[in-house]
Amino acid sequence: MKIVTVLTAAALALAGCGDTAGEAAGDKPSGTVVVFAAASLKESFTAIGKEFEAANPGVKVTFNFGASSTLAQNITQGAPADVFAAASPATMKTVTTAGDAAGEPAVFVRNQLQIAVPTGNPAKVTGLPDFAKADLKIALCAKQVPCGAAADKAFAAAGITPKPDTLEQDVKATLTKVVLGEVDAALVYRTDVRAAGDKVEGVDFPEATKAINDYPIVTLKEAPNAAAARTFVDFVRSEQGRAALTKAGFTVP
Amino acid sequence: MSRRRAGAPAVLLVPALIGLAFLVLPLLGLVIRAPWRRLGPLLTDPAVLTALRLSLITATLATALCVLVGVPLAWLLAQPGLPGRSVLRALVTVPLVLPPVVGGVALLLVLGRRGLIGAWLDDVFGVTLPFTPAAVVLAEAFVALPFLVLSVEGALRAADRRYEEAAATLGAGRWTVFRRVTLPLVAPGVLAGAVLAWARALGEFGATITFAGSFPGRTQTMPIAVYLALETNPEAAVALSLLLLAVSVVTLACLRDRWVARV
Amino acid sequence: MKLDAHLVVRRERFTLDVALTVEAGEVVALVGPNGAGKTTALRALAGLTGLDAGEVRLGGELLDGPGRWVPPERRPVGVVFQDYLLFPHLTALENVAFGLRCGGASRRSSRTAAAALLDRVGVGHLAGVKPRRLSGGQAQRVALARALAVEPSLLLLDEPLAALDAQTRPAIRSELRRHLAEFTGCALLVSHDPLDAMVLADRLVVVEDGAVVQSGTPAEVARRPRTPYVARLVGLNLLRGVADGHDVRIGAGTIVTADAASGEVFVAFRPAAVAVYRTRPDGSPRNVWPATVAGVEPYGDAYRVQVEGAIPVTADVSAAAVAELELADGHQVWVAVKAAEVEVYPA
Repeated sequence: MKIVTVLTAAALALAGCGDTAGEAAGDKPSGTVVVFAAASLKESFTAIGKEFEAANPGVKVTFNFGASSTLAQNITQGAPADVFAAASPATMKTVTTAGDAAGEPAVFVRNQLQIAVPTGNPAKVTGLPDFAKADLKIALCAKQVPCGAAADKAFAAAGITPKPDTLEQDVKATLTKVVLGEVDAALVYRTDVRAAGDKVEGVDFPEATKAINDYPIVTLKEAPNAAAARTFVDFVRSEQGRAALTKAGFTVP
Repeated sequence: MSRRRAGAPAVLLVPALIGLAFLVLPLLGLVIRAPWRRLGPLLTDPAVLTALRLSLITATLATALCVLVGVPLAWLLAQPGLPGRSVLRALVTVPLVLPPVVGGVALLLVLGRRGLIGAWLDDVFGVTLPFTPAAVVLAEAFVALPFLVLSVEGALRAADRRYEEAAATLGAGRWTVFRRVTLPLVAPGVLAGAVLAWARALGEFGATITFAGSFPGRTQTMPIAVYLALETNPEAAVALSLLLLAVSVVTLACLRDRWVARV
Repeated sequence: MKLDAHLVVRRERFTLDVALTVEAGEVVALVGPNGAGKTTALRALAGLTGLDAGEVRLGGELLDGPGRWVPPERRPVGVVFQDYLLFPHLTALENVAFGLRCGGASRRSSRTAAAALLDRVGVGHLAGVKPRRLSGGQAQRVALARALAVEPSLLLLDEPLAALDAQTRPAIRSELRRHLAEFTGCALLVSHDPLDAMVLADRLVVVEDGAVVQSGTPAEVARRPRTPYVARLVGLNLLRGVADGHDVRIGAGTIVTADAASGEVFVAFRPAAVAVYRTRPDGSPRNVWPATVAGVEPYGDAYRVQVEGAIPVTADVSAAAVAELELADGHQVWVAVKAAEVEVYPA
């Protein structure tokens, strides 16, 4: 009998975990805000989150970083979230088409691609043409994820057919291959190169301007904590938020 | 005239049925929600067939590798009076408890281009393993090996040592004893272990994608294809999952119970 | 190719210390109670257990001794195991051919030789059968053929008939006797069954608690047992006492013997030589004493009666006599043994 009681209590506790809404009667936001954000926003959003919590005591921000396409799928399948920040309008469309967005998404930053190479650039990569060399080990994002789609546009603009050795699921996994020295070059966002510090080096290329990713952000219709969600989005688009994002390497419109 | 004893007690039957439902319902969900009408074009996409072929080939090669290496290892573990046997067995069990991605990272650190051994391979032979089908086989073998080793070790320990003594009195050296007496007697255990290993290898995802990466035709196995499809086309993902499920079930069903049952 | 062995093996309960010699063509039976160390001795000869001291020499070659140990696969020894241990995944033919193949013979020649051997032991028609489908007697023959196939210099048989039922045993026993007679090497068999040992062996070696207590031909051992175990084995009454001419003092009583002797002696006589009376008999038997019936048990078509008293003995009494004498536990009787029936020999 005891076991049954314990198990039931555990089950209830687990079910209750998702219910973190704290809607106070007044204006002051409180409770927890759950933010689903593209993997490339990890470092910048984490910093913004801390600043937001400092400015709004009583509110806690929880992040879920991952490939925008995966996150979009999760949201349409019913994952509880307050805010969604995607790395491309296409992945955001998945959410808006499903009717899960509250209002119109707004573009809050732009990201540009950059070539990432291991420290010291052992393969002496100088630009996109090197990506067509068969003897180099190349990592790209899979087409289904935003950075892969952007990479496609860039290669098309340059008229080059790349010869990748692996198509990773999200931009962070791609970057990791560079950090580990397993590949000679990869195409990731400029923000990722900056975030990796001295573990990788960045190489600019002219076609980067042809493939810029717009990052939209939106609050979600089924948000458990709608008030705090709106406050968070406002904060991201405020001067403070923009400063943090620029520092990370994004361009703000 | 058959007054049979009362059937299974409810205390056992109810949880058993719940367990069965737990396993079967998700599979039923797959079958019921599959896009049956669009299944044809979805499954005959050459990318899908490529991924399937790659999965089947690598899983089979990985299983062969496991048998080649695992049976002697199991023999070693089953030797009576082996010093440090419990430590050895714990090490063998590690891939079972390690999250597959961690396994993949570990493989990279050893066999990657800058890995402990991989760097030497690259320098001396110009051979790099990541992003090759060989890497897929290695990643799958890494996670599947414990299944084979533990299954065969159990069979060896249960085997009657006296047959080996009888063989020795007839003039058989240790290798002959192993080859002609021990191995045939534990063959069902080896087969059962190989089946488990094959199934595990077929479904491997985390270690494969981390160590071998993902590239269609080279390293993109079915599980990885399913995961990627899920990002943009859930219907395709369901169709692929169904295909993988069908292939696995057919293969496992073809292995007759008699062949894998303990002697 | 003579076997010369001094086997010393230390076990928890006792130490086996046995000296054995077996001539070529001779069959020696190692008998003794369970746990006496017989199987240990056999395993040591086969090389399945190592000696702690002593040595094993076969045909002059040292197989086990100081500084040398030959593993079982290189000894010219064949073993017939108690459970036969026929390889379950091989047919009878393949089992017999196994040893030949290990010796390097080709598949074909080993199979031909194996078939011939199976014919010789009378199960040629079962060549393609797997062991689990063989009867006990058939399996025993295949096991014998398998051991003989490698033409060993020493053949060891561990309780070769123990796994057989009472019906098949006599036939298999006489067959085995025939095969052992034809065998030119040394043969050593282990048994706890006296009849098997008597029938099959040229010489008996009795082992108790790891040591040899008696050794001799079956006839000698049967007539003059030297320990209670052996006496029980051969079915004799055995007593020990001090002789002075024709009188042997045993405990509180005296037995008169036909032959003279002196010093410590054994006294043995058959249960059938013991007569039981209700009242004290007159007439010739000089060995008469009172006793109390301690047990009456059927034995064949007669009865075995245990009596206690100054000299406890076992007597064979017919059913009619049991009824007539109204023999039952606790009854007082008189027992008599003719001096001529008593065997006396130095202890």
